[in-house]
Amino acid sequence: MTDRARPRDGGDHAPADRALVVVRAGVLTTVQDLGRPGHAHLGVPRSGALDEPAHRLANRLVGNPAPAATLETTLTGCAVRLRTAATAAVTGAACPVAVDGRPAPWGAPVRVPAGAVLDVGPATHGLRSYVAVAGGIDAEPVLGSRATDLLSGLGPDPLADGAVLPLGRPYGPPAAADAVPHAGFAAELVLPFRPGPRDDWFTAAGLRTLATAVFRVSPAANRIGLRTEGPPLERARDGELPSEGMPLGALQVPPNGLPVLFLHDHPTTGGYPVAGVVPERYLAAAAQAVPGTPVRFVRMR
Amino acid sequence: MTSGSEPARPLPLRALPVGEHGLLIELDRAGDAEALHAELLRRAADGTLPGVREIVPAARTVFLDGLADPGALAAQLPGWRVPPPAAGDRPPVEIPVRYDGPDLADVAALWGVTPEDVVRLHSGTAFRVAFCGFAPGFGYLTGLPVRLHVPRRATPRTRVPVGSVGLAGPYTGVYPRSSPGGWQLIGRTDAVLWDPRREPAALLAPGTPVRFVPVTAPVPAPRTGRAAEETTR
Repeated sequence: MTDRARPRDGGDHAPADRALVVVRAGVLTTVQDLGRPGHAHLGVPRSGALDEPAHRLANRLVGNPAPAATLETTLTGCAVRLRTAATAAVTGAACPVAVDGRPAPWGAPVRVPAGAVLDVGPATHGLRSYVAVAGGIDAEPVLGSRATDLLSGLGPDPLADGAVLPLGRPYGPPAAADAVPHAGFAAELVLPFRPGPRDDWFTAAGLRTLATAVFRVSPAANRIGLRTEGPPLERARDGELPSEGMPLGALQVPPNGLPVLFLHDHPTTGGYPVAGVVPERYLAAAAQAVPGTPVRFVRMR
Repeated sequence: MTSGSEPARPLPLRALPVGEHGLLIELDRAGDAEALHAELLRRAADGTLPGVREIVPAARTVFLDGLADPGALAAQLPGWRVPPPAAGDRPPVEIPVRYDGPDLADVAALWGVTPEDVVRLHSGTAFRVAFCGFAPGFGYLTGLPVRLHVPRRATPRTRVPVGSVGLAGPYTGVYPRSSPGGWQLIGRTDAVLWDPRREPAALLAPGTPVRFVPVTAPVPAPRTGRAAEETTR
């Protein structure tokens, strides 16, 4: 297995051959990895794959370590031509996958010959697919990460048709997984939250609204925040806080009263009160919720 | 004024839980937030804040995330004896400024002085980065006395040029890149506030002392970092 995979994947190509060419960028496809934590005090967002488990799985399927960079698509997928033969895998949002027009499996290692086009189709369930290629996307790291940060503009630009992205050398044989079971995405997004730190800025009725009402994912949701539509939360006091640190998963409530769930490209400080915080392990589901999906916030304990 | 001879003391504070691994520590005074931030950095460097991933100071708070046991830390915090913030222990970062901003006259009117006095007062102030945010490399600088605090512009500008030096509320700041903004602009600098290829990337980090130095002619400062970035892909 190893002996067969390595000579084909590795070694003899010139560095310029280890690249992919963007054939169809899709509405928004970005390079993502595990982000750049530890720089929030400089105003640098965490960034990184919104559906981190899907990013990790895609990497594992092609033999990459978790920090290798993948492509994160949005709704419409993308298509790339590989200049060199490589193993690829698509996870996250379910979608049709094809190599040079022939159907290929989703959620499994796929051999892509040199010069062939890997087409990641529109999402049929979920919103964001992850495309890993053996060796990872070898864009230049910024502060230790190759992630595209749409708030502050760090990292590589979002993909554009015709762009060329370098690939790293394969790390080793792909994981021994034939196919990956997929739990699917619930018709309703249920997000547990811990109240605070600024729940006292809301009336009891306002907090009840947060914990009981059905909101919907707004079409304005993006990598910075999952905006919601629904009944506004009643405030106990007006005005703004002095700016304070904002966590990933914050339910920040701007003056319109509608909670915004902070995702990975969120601003690191802000002046609107945070009514509660959704633990990180629930954010992957939020990242896959298409606009219009009903959302419930459930108070923990 | 704080002085280095003040003893370490417990700080009046409230520790608010933030999710499962975070704490937002709220203090009564900005000076106490500075002191606690410095203490937290010392303890993080000593490895006595297990798991901590982010330490984000702000106006009246310090936010910690990634803590292994935020409840235990919240219980210990009121007993910490925290020394006052160290002053004058390092030279300030000097930022050359052409004081020719579009709001210079407005600021002079708000302060009740001449534009020349604005330059004298602003460049004569010992600033310090209270915290960062808004954009990578954007520091909120404190140091102006209360009587020199000014409101934001009633209508924000859609585009503020990179390097603009502005005032808002108690703060002075320098725009690290062109962006929309509502601060009162009094001048402009060629200093590169943010360059991810530089180590450190941010010219200003929380705690950095800063002085603005008036210059009259355009400063031909090297802009290698930004230029290099723009040629990449």
